Amino acid sequence: MSTDMRTSRAKVRGLGSAKSGTEHFISQRVSAIGLVLLTPFFIIPFAVSLGQPWGDVISTYKSPMNAIIAALFLLAVFHHLKLGLQVVIEDYVHAPALRTFSLLAVKLLATGLGFASAFAVAMIAFSV
Amino acid sequence: MSKSEHGAAVDRGNRPLSPHLQVYRPQITSVLSIFHRMTGVGNSIGAVLVAWWFIAAATGREAFAIIDGILTSWIGHLILIGFAFSLCYHLCNGIRHLLWDAGYGFELDEAEMSGYIMLAAAGIFAVSLILIGAFS
Repeated sequence: MSTDMRTSRAKVRGLGSAKSGTEHFISQRVSAIGLVLLTPFFIIPFAVSLGQPWGDVISTYKSPMNAIIAALFLLAVFHHLKLGLQVVIEDYVHAPALRTFSLLAVKLLATGLGFASAFAVAMIAFSV
Repeated sequence: MSKSEHGAAVDRGNRPLSPHLQVYRPQITSVLSIFHRMTGVGNSIGAVLVAWWFIAAATGREAFAIIDGILTSWIGHLILIGFAFSLCYHLCNGIRHLLWDAGYGFELDEAEMSGYIMLAAAGIFAVSLILIGAFS
């Protein structure tokens, strides 16, 4: 029995029953590749700076290379974790209200913290 | 929304159910996969601390002192050590996932071997990172 119930048009559009998702999948992988490249260059100066006096941290991230890498890393990380946590919530949180609320919270917090932390790095880099 | 829509009360008839996690014998491939998710969630919490650290540094000396105080306490060190392992694991296993996405290493023996290599690499990277953080 191999009756294909889909209409010809549905087959041509090729979106399946969910209508979307490919873009989410690809965006997660693209940000993953970006993070594989960025993480080593971000994590070394960051690990060195952790625990150092405020003035030393500021002078480290005044360096354009450190600042640019840190800002890119933070934007990529928060984009990547937003997509990842979305999938985790969709898989495990089934109660409709809690599901909607947690998806909203993750999307808003991740977007907000991504831009806020990248902006903070720019403020450090541009501070006099 | 009625209860039946949550799945538990649905009459599934005699159809075979997809196997539950609890009845599977843990294997290296499945355990590493589960840890990829767990470290992903853990890294998200770590990312919030990193964002807090940068925002505090940009805000000023007093704001920075709060997060610096938390991270340099013994519990902060414990969190950072866990974060280092979690981050290195997710990074190394993520590369393994990207190779699978590209079509490589799908045979069972290859997937098991790459799992052990990934674990060793992640361990070495995490310990190196912790040493860099501790002696700088």
